[in-house]
Amino acid sequence: MAELKFRNDLLPGKAAAQPSACGCAGPSVAEEKPRWAAGTVSAGSCTVYRVSTDLTTADTWEHVRCRTSAFRESYAVKPGLYAVGNPDKDSDVFVSANYKLSFDHLRAALKGLDGWVLVLDTKGINVWCAAGKGTFGTDELVKRISLVRLNEVVGHRNIIVPQLGAVGVSGYAVRSASGFRVLYGPVYAKDIPSYVAAGRRATPGMREVRFPLPERLILTPMEINPAMKKYYPWFALLILLFFGLQPSGIIFKDAASGGLPFLGLGLVAVLAGAFITPLLLPFVPARSFAVKGWLVGLLSIVLSLKVFRPADPPDVLLLAAAFLFFPMASSYIALQFTGSTTFTGMSGVKKELKISLPLYIASVAVSIILLVLYKAGHWGAP
Amino acid sequence: MKYLSNVTTISLTEEKCTGCGICLEVCPHHVFVIENRKASLVDKDRCMECGACMMNCPSQALFVDKGVGCAAALINSIITGGDPTCGCSGDNGKGSCC
Repeated sequence: MAELKFRNDLLPGKAAAQPSACGCAGPSVAEEKPRWAAGTVSAGSCTVYRVSTDLTTADTWEHVRCRTSAFRESYAVKPGLYAVGNPDKDSDVFVSANYKLSFDHLRAALKGLDGWVLVLDTKGINVWCAAGKGTFGTDELVKRISLVRLNEVVGHRNIIVPQLGAVGVSGYAVRSASGFRVLYGPVYAKDIPSYVAAGRRATPGMREVRFPLPERLILTPMEINPAMKKYYPWFALLILLFFGLQPSGIIFKDAASGGLPFLGLGLVAVLAGAFITPLLLPFVPARSFAVKGWLVGLLSIVLSLKVFRPADPPDVLLLAAAFLFFPMASSYIALQFTGSTTFTGMSGVKKELKISLPLYIASVAVSIILLVLYKAGHWGAP
Repeated sequence: MKYLSNVTTISLTEEKCTGCGICLEVCPHHVFVIENRKASLVDKDRCMECGACMMNCPSQALFVDKGVGCAAALINSIITGGDPTCGCSGDNGKGSCC
């Protein structure tokens, strides 16, 4: 397994290479403190960092980069114990992942509270995804409780685990292995203050994961980004080659004039599948993401052709290929969004793939045949 | 928002259920209610097969074929023949995540 490098600017100096003997993330001599640390607190036999509950502009900028690029793949904090405010033996213990975005959400939500934060080593992945993989799981939690000697830090035997962590954590197994009782906190960190104030009780609303427009919107850059990087360059290259290819060689002028409308429609299909479908998700008819994407794709292509009306009436073969291929492309891209949603299950996605994958392959094949027929007709009639 | 109907693999063995209610606590989609001191599946189609209930049921009354509801992961597993994972913290340590 590739080792995840903790970012130096996020970490206490050389702490990643030399974890302190007690296993806590705390400072040892001559180590540079992380930017977000605000002093130290003694925790049982070791000293740990107190984290600031205020996010800085630098934090926010990093969060933007997480939402838009591969930056998120190396955005981790060191696992271990941290303090918020002035915690003591009676204070609550909140468990988090070591993806810094998750950690930041938690520390910001804990503003005004005194407590402990136990960061698990989830390889820099958020709570829910890591729990699905088991890295945010029973074994890691039990191990981390023992590494930081949590039984010496607090007198009680409760730990508050984010509800979505329950996918990887078995409460009863943690209790029998560590003596600590898992209390499932709310889904969203922002609800923690009310949860704590209510005597560690979550309302049904706090237990439900939602997927409102802002959440869908924030995920779309990472849908558009891979589609544009992975597929679009190949698509563009093939289209330009196809239209540029003439009996006399590759003609740049033909590549541009014939290919540009197709390149434009390609962009429309990416936007339809990766941006418009996620955004309008609850309003697009059908529950299947493949169907949603196809519908939005078809509509987008029709509208684009109406708005950017081609000068010459387009060839019927080209038009047929376009209407076959682009809505399908949008459908395929929209189906990828199932990986980002909060409500799609594996059995459903399997069913969708079973039906749609053969259709995708068939429509690409037929589109290619239509293009070849167009080319053959074009070359045959000078 | 609901996904496809009649696809989820969740099942509850009522005889084993002790009515402790932990499934209601961990389920992010309100799939369960407690009726007559036992859990019952009130809306199966809301289940996203995350597996939290199965992980936390102390009497093993719940089963779900848990996994990622992610097309990229499933396509990957078709191509590589491996288990469906989204590759976020996988062997390559690369790739986008759920």
